[in-house]
Amino acid sequence: MPVSRLWAVDVYGRVYSLSTAGQQWELCHDTQMEFKRVTAAQQCCWGIACDNKIYLNVHASDLPVRYQEETYENQRWNPVDGFSERLLPSDRWQWSDVTGLQHQPLDSFQLPSGSWEWEGDWYVDENFEGEPTEKAGWSYAIDFPATYTKDKKWNSCVRRRRWLRYRRYKAMDTWAKIPSQQTSLPDPFSDISCGGWEINEEPRGRLSLWAVSLQGKVWFREGIYHHNPEGSTWEDVPLPGEVVQISCGPGDLIWAVLWEGQFIVREGINRDCPRGTSWAVVDSPSPDVGATHVAVGDNVVWAVTKDNKVWFRRGVNSHNPCGSGWISMIGEMIMVNVGLNDQVWGISSEDRAVYFRQGVTSSELSGKTWKAISVPRDGDRSHSSASTNSLQSAGCYFCGEVRGQSAVSDVESDTEKGSTDEASCLASSVAPESVVDAPTDPSGQPADTPKPRIPKVTSDSFISELVSDREPGKPTRVMGPASPAVLEEEVISGEVEDKAPCVDVVLSPSQCGGPLDPQWSNVDLEEAQNQHAQIAAVLDSTDTCSLSSVATYTLAMEDPYGADEHPLWAWVSGGGCSVDSHSQLNWFNCTMNASMLAQSVQPMSLSVSPALTAAWKRQIFEQLSERTKREMDNFRHYEQAIEQSVWVKKGTMQWWRDWKPHKWVDVHFALEQFSGPEGNKDGILFIYYNFYEEKKYLHAFINEVTILVPVLNDSKHTFAIYTPERTKQRWPMRLAAPTELEMHDWLALLSVSCCDSRGIQGPPSKQAIWSVTCKGDIFVSEPSPNLEAMPYPTPCNQMFWRQVGGHLRSVECNSDGIVWGIGYDHTAWVNTGGYGGGFFQGMASSTDNIYTQTDVKSVCIYENQRWNPVTGYTNRGLPTDRYMWSDASGLHECTKTNSKPPAPQWTWVSEWAVDYSVSGGTDREGWQYAADFPASYHGYKTMKDFVRRRRWARKCKLTTTGPWQEIPPIPLSDVTILPCAAQSSVDVVPLWGISNKGDVLCRLGVTALTPAGSSWLHVGTDQPFKSISIGAASQVWAIARDGSAFYRGSVSPQTPAGDCWYHIPSPTKQKLKQVSVGRTSVYTVDENGNLWYRQGLTPSYPQGSSWEHISNNVRKVSVGPLDQVWIIADKVQGSHSLSCGTVCHRLGVQPMEPKGQSWDYGIGGGWDHVTVRGNSMEPPRVRLPSLTHPSALAPRSPLPARNTEVNGNSVGC
Amino acid sequence: MADDKDVLRDVWFGRIPTCFTLNQDEITEREAEPYYLLLPRVSYLTLVTDKVKKHFLKVMKTEDVEEMWFEYEGTPLKWHYPIGLLFDFHASNTVLPWTITVHFKNFPDSDLLHCQSNSVIEAHFMSSIKEADALKHKSQVINDMQKKDHKQLWMGLQNDKFDQFWAMNRKLMEYPTEEGGFRYIPFRIYQTLSDRPFIQKQFRPVSSDGNAHTLGDLLKEMYPAALPNDGEPKRNQVVIHGIEPLLETPLQWLSEHLSHPDNFLHICVIPIPTD
Repeated sequence: MPVSRLWAVDVYGRVYSLSTAGQQWELCHDTQMEFKRVTAAQQCCWGIACDNKIYLNVHASDLPVRYQEETYENQRWNPVDGFSERLLPSDRWQWSDVTGLQHQPLDSFQLPSGSWEWEGDWYVDENFEGEPTEKAGWSYAIDFPATYTKDKKWNSCVRRRRWLRYRRYKAMDTWAKIPSQQTSLPDPFSDISCGGWEINEEPRGRLSLWAVSLQGKVWFREGIYHHNPEGSTWEDVPLPGEVVQISCGPGDLIWAVLWEGQFIVREGINRDCPRGTSWAVVDSPSPDVGATHVAVGDNVVWAVTKDNKVWFRRGVNSHNPCGSGWISMIGEMIMVNVGLNDQVWGISSEDRAVYFRQGVTSSELSGKTWKAISVPRDGDRSHSSASTNSLQSAGCYFCGEVRGQSAVSDVESDTEKGSTDEASCLASSVAPESVVDAPTDPSGQPADTPKPRIPKVTSDSFISELVSDREPGKPTRVMGPASPAVLEEEVISGEVEDKAPCVDVVLSPSQCGGPLDPQWSNVDLEEAQNQHAQIAAVLDSTDTCSLSSVATYTLAMEDPYGADEHPLWAWVSGGGCSVDSHSQLNWFNCTMNASMLAQSVQPMSLSVSPALTAAWKRQIFEQLSERTKREMDNFRHYEQAIEQSVWVKKGTMQWWRDWKPHKWVDVHFALEQFSGPEGNKDGILFIYYNFYEEKKYLHAFINEVTILVPVLNDSKHTFAIYTPERTKQRWPMRLAAPTELEMHDWLALLSVSCCDSRGIQGPPSKQAIWSVTCKGDIFVSEPSPNLEAMPYPTPCNQMFWRQVGGHLRSVECNSDGIVWGIGYDHTAWVNTGGYGGGFFQGMASSTDNIYTQTDVKSVCIYENQRWNPVTGYTNRGLPTDRYMWSDASGLHECTKTNSKPPAPQWTWVSEWAVDYSVSGGTDREGWQYAADFPASYHGYKTMKDFVRRRRWARKCKLTTTGPWQEIPPIPLSDVTILPCAAQSSVDVVPLWGISNKGDVLCRLGVTALTPAGSSWLHVGTDQPFKSISIGAASQVWAIARDGSAFYRGSVSPQTPAGDCWYHIPSPTKQKLKQVSVGRTSVYTVDENGNLWYRQGLTPSYPQGSSWEHISNNVRKVSVGPLDQVWIIADKVQGSHSLSCGTVCHRLGVQPMEPKGQSWDYGIGGGWDHVTVRGNSMEPPRVRLPSLTHPSALAPRSPLPARNTEVNGNSVGC
Repeated sequence: MADDKDVLRDVWFGRIPTCFTLNQDEITEREAEPYYLLLPRVSYLTLVTDKVKKHFLKVMKTEDVEEMWFEYEGTPLKWHYPIGLLFDFHASNTVLPWTITVHFKNFPDSDLLHCQSNSVIEAHFMSSIKEADALKHKSQVINDMQKKDHKQLWMGLQNDKFDQFWAMNRKLMEYPTEEGGFRYIPFRIYQTLSDRPFIQKQFRPVSSDGNAHTLGDLLKEMYPAALPNDGEPKRNQVVIHGIEPLLETPLQWLSEHLSHPDNFLHICVIPIPTD
């Protein structure tokens, strides 16, 4: 689970955040400001400060926010000057945008706000469409606008070149004021809510930000996305009434509270229209008591009414954003907030603690109980009492000035107690206005704004606003306003109405009870009546249960700080807080000791270092090994007291019969284990079956089993057992256990037995070879010293593979034991040095270093339609057509209802949604058009298109365990680690990655002791990349998304990120997709499955000269530190069957012959990835001159299917 | 990197090199050679000495043989204590191999339990496990197991099958995470200077204020004399499985990793030898 944060504001306006891994509230130290409200997303947090302005806090990430500005310089040729800036009058501007319509001289570009800085000066882009140009980046054409080429021709009359400049958002991890819009924003903001990131992922980091002004208007912030975190403009959203508060969920839910106490719900929100189109009205849960607060998530709506009762809305989803009815919940809150995964937080009206709703799951969205978050604040430790606390951090507002002010606030409260709103409204409405007038200061520096400018009335009244306690006449009122501490108490309990509605009364009384859509209110009224009995019943239980909740509160008050130091919260936002019902949170009932411990452990949690083992445990490890030396080492020749005997485990299973007709037959399965002659363990497994009434059996020696592969699918719990012979046949023993549990038990037992027989235990070695199957299962093999031997290497069908817990798409390693993986959801993971996990329980799994791992992937189905002249496109196809709902091939029917997650451990985590990210592009509804099925599809309709299809995707999630820890926050698509061993365990190891978006990244601080490294360094590129590899001599090669290769110059320990990219043309007419660099060899694979070797690499000319074709039928290549070459072959024919996705080893690779001669075939059938970059074990040198001749190698036949496979489609198993 | 699982293996595969000699007073037909054997620390003397018995019977007449028993430096060795405990308690600072005297006569009924067959050991072993689980889980885990599971525990010990034993025993070592440990820690503290065979009381792994109890906390409560007073040199060794864990070692971890197969943490407090 990635670490994320819960944000909250206390009643003094201080902003705190609580990490999901942490045990204390951390004060946001940056700010001298006080805040009213915050709303968090995962990448940033927005807030309204006491000056009623909006501030943005972008969380620092390893990936900088940088924006590329571009402009074009245009020139025309004339006979006198040649090419010059003198253009024809009818021509475009001399400096323009790409279309030529916009005048864009270099000096017209301004930084959008003070939060940005230029990275450098303008420079000419010397690449044109991915290839370098010869002359200063010029591209030529006959005239504007026309087709530009990089070559100057006789008829080239005009030319242009692109200038680039990057600007960078610098205000990371600090509150930066959003520049106010000069004209259209007359009144200050009172509420804010962000969300909507699930509606549309393009552009990256897109957010919807909704704000409410004191006048009750709603504003939508346009143009917020990763490269423009501040957004661009505020847009007014028309309303049916005045809004006091708004809540925007991660998806398309937006609810707001009208000041009369009803709700309005935004309708018509979709991908293309995140603002929505209209409002619907929903009534308050109880007819007499208006609503004051609403919070929405993906599929939930929670509300609070004036009496602090909490309500849950039934039946809310995208199709029915209004939901169907209210359910009364237990607990009294002043506000609630819904975060990611529909998790809920609230602030209790009783003790103002932050409560977390426990037990919220997708099937039980309303959760089970409220649980108080009781962790200390980081300030609590350093300050002994509440009063010093306030003096320290809030003193500038509350000490000197407030003391004089208390009289005013008293008056204010008293008036309110008299239950007439007028006076207090006037009093408080003065406050915001005075703020509006005040900040005309153009400097806009948040640091120096508040102190001098905020009038005392304001700071007080905004606290009162935050502290909207509804219980009048609390006893604290009798306390005198003499000391600051007492004053705080007083302010907290002061009875105040919501200010915003009050202002409305004053400013626009005509709109009170503004026109509501009668239809909607009728519907809801009806419903409310229907519900009445139901609610009454619930209320009964509420009463009894409130007793228990009172008890909980009392418990929560028992924390060591005592009641007067109990933090009092005003606002909480979980929009950036990624927890779910499985999360282990340390937020509850933690003592001071525990939190201090957590604090000291936390920063080191990612580094896998023996130094972390506690002293007492080290002592035990050391003494046990001393004991072994003392008591056993000299006495090994003694006889053992207990003789080993045979141990048998039996079970029933089904077996996929080896001969035709193939079918599942019931068998008895037995594993006999015994000790071998040298005390090593061994075993035999037996499959007993009936053949024409005759009992027969099949057996395999455990020490010959090379791999156990789980093949879970939704119909059977099957696994495959391979031996070298069966690998040659491409035909494993396939067995199916009756239940998933039994399958895992057997796999775990067989795996331990196989490891025992080969004397393998503990974590994989540094030299280990890693591979990943198309199911995401991870396997590791210990290379024998002879694996790369000449002339007789260990055949790779004899390699033993054992499974490691976890789920990954690819894994990369080096010979320092640094292992990184990338999940299907592109999450980066680092190996912790543990082993086991997953279904390996007990002895087969290490206790330490096993963590929860999750992965998310999409299941895709296609909706197919055919055009007919009468009705246009419909789901009525021709009789010969594919299924109207199908898989990508069209051969199998896949409907929304019959499609299942890939295996039982996967669960759906989203609904079906149109997938727009299809290659070839789509129209606005996701359709792709073609002349007929199957054909090449394009994203727009032409006259010739008679069929169309669109892809639907649904996400599913797997939760498992393994020796992996997440490296947030950047999703990766590729990673590479310098393959050779470093000199020492503290030496920095170069590690490069490609982000999911194609950015090239260089990881800093990676050593054998800290394999996770510390942070990413961003390496600039002019186009997105997809594959990268670093060789033993720090040669970095990469493949761009356009299929060309690049070499990174000057990479060295001193300049770990190198200096510039050299473009390397791809082989003729081929688009490269992957690269791997060994000691000196560079190999690439193209999209048609060809393997290429780079010729002519020398230290003085590291780019090499040309590509040499080595083989086809290749999906992926891994070149190791010995220049050994391993691939995933597309198809390999065995004696019984064919396997797709097979690990193969290049034979005959020698220093003088780096291309090798032939392939040796290893484990296969569904393998997606292999890495040999950890194996730097030099083979023992054998000099047999007579045998080194290639013909003596007796290589197997060249790759089968050589001629048949031109288009190397990957075929899953 | 060492892992907690390795501790379990080390504990299980701990061996004590032992030299068995026949008591001088036994009547033999010819001189009995000493017999050397690696004894598993976690097993029981009478369970692993069939070979010893066979060896000495070769030189003795059947009529001179009564029930076999063992003695070390004049102390009869209780077979119902694990072998490692007997060694640590009686002989931890002596030169290896451990020399045990074998008797076939004059069974000391006052000191030792009779052990006619392995079923007696099995009954003793299983009752220890049950007692331990009563302390740990109110017997819920052991009662949920089937007869064959109980048998697997015993067979694992009898045949020295680590995997077989731990496949079952790990269930006995589980506990609800929110409770932070077992209900009570099954432990026994053995002391040299006492008439009581051992100290065994109820002791929780986590203190009332939520902190994990350590080995030091346990001794402070149960046997304060074992700990040195302030400023004084250490007088006693606190030995478990032949090693001296630090006093700050969490008791719950010790119970999970350094318990004997009978699920008890056997702790020896022995005076530091003066010489």
